[in-house]
Amino acid sequence: MTKKPWISLGGIGVFAVLLLAVAPLVLSDHWLNNLGKYCCWAIAAVGIGLAWGRGGMLVMGQGVFFALGAYSMAMHLTLESAGDRVPGFMVLYDPLAPLPAFWEPFRGAGFTLLAIVLLPVVVAGILGYALFKRRVKGAYFAILTQALAVALATLISSTIRETGGDTGLSDFKYFFGFVLNDPANKIMVFLIAAGLLVVCLLVVWQLYRSRFGELLVATRDAEERVRFLGYDPANVKLVAFVVSALMASIGGAMFVPIVGIITPAEIGAAASILMIAGVAFGGRASLFGPALGAMAVGWGQSSLGSTWPDGWTYILGLLFIVVILFLPNGLSSLPARFAAARRRPEQKAAPSAATPELEEVRS
Amino acid sequence: MTDASLVVTDLRVEFSGFVAVGGVSFDAHPGEVRFLIGPNGAGKTTCIDAITGLTKGTGSARLGEKELLGRQVHKIVRLGVGRTFQTASVFDELTVLQNLDIAAGRHRPAISLLRARRGVDPAIERALEETGLAGELTTPAGILSHGQKQWLEIAMLLVQDAKVLLLDEPVAGMSQDERTATGELLQRIAAKRIVLVVEHDMDFMRRYATRVTVLHQGRVLSQGTVAEVQADPRVQEVYLGTADAMTEG
Repeated sequence: MTKKPWISLGGIGVFAVLLLAVAPLVLSDHWLNNLGKYCCWAIAAVGIGLAWGRGGMLVMGQGVFFALGAYSMAMHLTLESAGDRVPGFMVLYDPLAPLPAFWEPFRGAGFTLLAIVLLPVVVAGILGYALFKRRVKGAYFAILTQALAVALATLISSTIRETGGDTGLSDFKYFFGFVLNDPANKIMVFLIAAGLLVVCLLVVWQLYRSRFGELLVATRDAEERVRFLGYDPANVKLVAFVVSALMASIGGAMFVPIVGIITPAEIGAAASILMIAGVAFGGRASLFGPALGAMAVGWGQSSLGSTWPDGWTYILGLLFIVVILFLPNGLSSLPARFAAARRRPEQKAAPSAATPELEEVRS
Repeated sequence: MTDASLVVTDLRVEFSGFVAVGGVSFDAHPGEVRFLIGPNGAGKTTCIDAITGLTKGTGSARLGEKELLGRQVHKIVRLGVGRTFQTASVFDELTVLQNLDIAAGRHRPAISLLRARRGVDPAIERALEETGLAGELTTPAGILSHGQKQWLEIAMLLVQDAKVLLLDEPVAGMSQDERTATGELLQRIAAKRIVLVVEHDMDFMRRYATRVTVLHQGRVLSQGTVAEVQADPRVQEVYLGTADAMTEG
């Protein structure tokens, strides 16, 4: 029991070596870029694992926070590429269009980085405070967050002059002074994304082994009881929700220079659900499950999704059903299940310490 | 500080017109095991719910100088009022140690939440010793026996350093040996704390109660020592008398 965290830490170490040292050596530029994209989704997924797997909050609208990071970064890169001129898509409709006021501060690199960190914290902080203090939970919480993702995607779609609408923002030439087309710089961008993923894993590793992690699981399973121990569960959930929003924002921010385009489709309801799917697939309450699940779904999307676009959606759907039916705790619960089955073949497996309550989702 | 008593005065709880508790007054002091008994629907649990802020009540419930009614649940807990529930509610997926550690947590600074636990708090060790759970430190609470879960809940109140322990049917479903152990435990811990027990089990009440308050249909029917209460003809009527009174829900 006291040893397990250190094994996990070793796992993160191995993962870091594979991602940061081995992958750039063995993968082609194309696949390295793809892997970078999966890392961005995985960063958001790690946050979902924290909020949903450990905290019981089904965050169906992480696209909102993904968008905050992504659009902050995209606005900065667009301005950097445009230089002193107004970005191309704005002059398309009106040659004399001024730069919208909210774009102006994103010229600064420092402001942009600050916005990527602070915007999701402030938005999730206010939203979470309002919802958790009013004890909004379960399906209501899930639907509300989902609706926000839809609303934000619609807002961006409809403000084509200010945000690029459905076409999104693209054609970034520079990344904080580095030429994005340069292969060496592409590797650097990948390494930043992969490094951030490792950092996020380390953060949740510490959170899970800390007292806060125990309190979060307690809050997930018996919120009222936690209240009767003198804690305000709203605050516990708020912290997990804000951290998960921050991670989604970081994932979104790195998504932009790696993929080269951000559109409302990447942050809307479908995209938000795809992030959840990866987490459920990998195992929402485990340390590695969400990240690996999100990377697997990302890989499936770009390999199977491009060769067999019609079939991929069905495969994903089928996979989702099979996992929910037979492995409610995701693929990462397989080793524990095997171990339990071998130790006591005649008995039913005891609930593992990381089994989340399904009630929250069903209620 | 430890001499503060729990004084409930004219407590009323209404659920959209239905009067569940209609003006109940009683007090409980450190050093006694106070029982709250009565037939089903008498309003025993509702009294506890109101004192702990779970349901809204009017009147007054004071711990020493502090009024409890009208405060938020977790703020009432921080004043030193702890409770258990009819169905043992422990955190099934956490170990006994983790359960107790969370209960002990309200005395720690918030920042310590970010660190992992090192070693066992002395208060937790004392509570484990007191409740006989010392051997179950790393057992997941979900696989404890029913009785052990109830003891774990009491242990959580002890590490929480509650001045008032409100126990809702702590021996329901327990074996005879477990009842005896629980009763003795309650008498030990009551030496320095206010212990208020809601119970159905008359035999258990007779053995361990210092003083008893009998509730009936939301009102105090009788109050006093076990002998006094048992001698009260009104109590006899409610408990032994007509079949109507027995089945009233």
